[in-house]
Amino acid sequence: MISSKPNVLVQGITGSEGTYWTEQMLANGTSVVAGCTPGKGGQEVAGVPVYSTVVEALVQHPIDLSVIFVPARFVKGAAVEAIEAGVPSVIVLAEFVPVHDTMEILALARRAEAKLIGPNCPGIVFPGRDFVGIMPGWSDRLFAPGRIGVVSRSGSLGALINLNLVAGGFGQSAFLGLGGDPIVGTTFRDALEWFETDPNTDAVVLLGEVGGPMEESAAEFIPSMSKPVIAFIAGQNAPEGKKMGHAGAMVSGGKGTAASKMAALAEAGAHVASVPSEVVELLRAL
Amino acid sequence: MFVEEHDAKQLISTGGITIPQGQTVQTPDGAYGVANGISGAVMVKAQVPTGKRGKGGGIIKCDTPDDAREAAERLLGSELSDFTIDRVLVEGCADIAQELYAAITIDPVSGGPLLMLSTEGGMDIEEVHATSPDKVQMVTIDIESGLGAGQAMDLAVETDLDPQMHVPLAGMLLTLYGLFRQYDAELLEINPLAVTLSGELVALDCKLVIDDNAVFRQPGAGPERHIGTALEIEAKEQDFLFVELEGDVGVLANGAGLTMSTMDAVTAHGGSPANFLEVGGMAYKRATPALALVLKNPNVKSLLVNLCGAYARTDVIAEGLIAGFHELKPELDVSFCIHGTGEDRAQQLVRDELGIEPHESMDDAVREAIANAAAYTGSRP
Repeated sequence: MISSKPNVLVQGITGSEGTYWTEQMLANGTSVVAGCTPGKGGQEVAGVPVYSTVVEALVQHPIDLSVIFVPARFVKGAAVEAIEAGVPSVIVLAEFVPVHDTMEILALARRAEAKLIGPNCPGIVFPGRDFVGIMPGWSDRLFAPGRIGVVSRSGSLGALINLNLVAGGFGQSAFLGLGGDPIVGTTFRDALEWFETDPNTDAVVLLGEVGGPMEESAAEFIPSMSKPVIAFIAGQNAPEGKKMGHAGAMVSGGKGTAASKMAALAEAGAHVASVPSEVVELLRAL
Repeated sequence: MFVEEHDAKQLISTGGITIPQGQTVQTPDGAYGVANGISGAVMVKAQVPTGKRGKGGGIIKCDTPDDAREAAERLLGSELSDFTIDRVLVEGCADIAQELYAAITIDPVSGGPLLMLSTEGGMDIEEVHATSPDKVQMVTIDIESGLGAGQAMDLAVETDLDPQMHVPLAGMLLTLYGLFRQYDAELLEINPLAVTLSGELVALDCKLVIDDNAVFRQPGAGPERHIGTALEIEAKEQDFLFVELEGDVGVLANGAGLTMSTMDAVTAHGGSPANFLEVGGMAYKRATPALALVLKNPNVKSLLVNLCGAYARTDVIAEGLIAGFHELKPELDVSFCIHGTGEDRAQQLVRDELGIEPHESMDDAVREAIANAAAYTGSRP
């Protein structure tokens, strides 16, 4: 994942969201080294130099990670530009990216051996170090340095569980927001593999939701892990064939139900909570 | 977005796939007219935005134009899968030698397109795959290179079709893949795909689902008839993500994951949620109309507002909700739990403006909302 503090490029830095979150990231320890907006080269945003192209930014700065703040329909162009220029990791925050665009970005990322997180994701937070994305990484009610790895499809559920963890005296080694789309670049299984090798993590909290096979795939990896996994799956009431807010959160053909995911995770040895507040209780009981 | 059969067939026909001769009509006499212009028997098919019409009696084979008129009379105005049938497709019958299944969908495991081909057409492909998996070929496609001609030919040769059919079938698969990409499809399915006695491939039915996120660049897709309850359709027209359920606790939360979890907690504590409605993400500045939607459901007997702000600012949501409460003056009890971005100001606003003390714990708020619903004695319109 992002094991050491990355130098960050913000694509779409001159937009209102890009500017606001760049200021927040800079104020909270994130190393934002450059921004990019086509045609806006030579400007500055919050003291960060802006370039018209990713390549121009790369000529001037070492860049480990690009976070993309452009609207959904421009995401493919921005992500392809970053990956083709050689940026090793890309985070796509936007919701409503066409899934054919996501498939193309993902295929390119695999070929270029670049990491993709998202789309439709809240980003990543390393409490006490930095954050990249749109989570309030500065909030000491949501985040505290600690040894629990948290991975969530959803930002809002991630926020709730992080709040409960901190209130319960726990802290996080990292929070990874994967995104609510049917296809995302980084999966639960990728996250579990990373947390398993991360020396700062003692236990992992996995926050899934209905739809798709991602939780089941992650469950296959759990028996080989040395670290305990606590899981909660949102959408236990979700009716068949209805998108529950996230494009990827839909039970279809009887598949992707919360019950099947909870069963697969429990069978694999994860501790499965039935309500969000139970996550902290299960952690305490380890 | 679900593209109805007739529209989907027009799109694939323009792309070069053969479809039966036919036309949609809205009257029994129209059905007679179309059937009269087609030699031989016709199919009269209800046009509703959902699958599984055959099992619901929505597809009728008619030997004469008079039969077609009668079938249309029976179907038009009747209900099928919660839809009133307002038009039927009348089309010619093919001389079927064999029925195939061909579809391209998006595979969440590989993260790319998945082509499925089977010689067991006309059936539910999931059933076929469960009972005789060897009858279904599944191939993941590299989206960067697309479906290759050799790959398509290999698939065709693997079927037990007459060798004369291999090239036409491979060609049809290539066309199908091109259309899948062109129309930003989540699913493009031809089932059944008929091989006629004269050796032609004809799409007897076609299901096309276009990615909702790509509708903006699909001008040919036409207007969508929304699926769902009246309230769900109203919500969709306002761009809200809303699902109506059977319970009595109205739920307002931010973000899909938190909203689902809040509903789960209502159920876990013995209550029953009335809806899914997300006021997070892009919707967090529109809490006033969101509240109005939840209150429009006459089953709602108490309200539960559960906010945990990350990107969404809870104080902005609270402002919108308070404006809604002042305007709509709902006569029911409301339970709040507010945390995350903007929580101090949001909690203070709720205290000052509504005189309600937000709960510290989400479970306490959930339990109170369930008790309020049970104790509700009013009668809301």
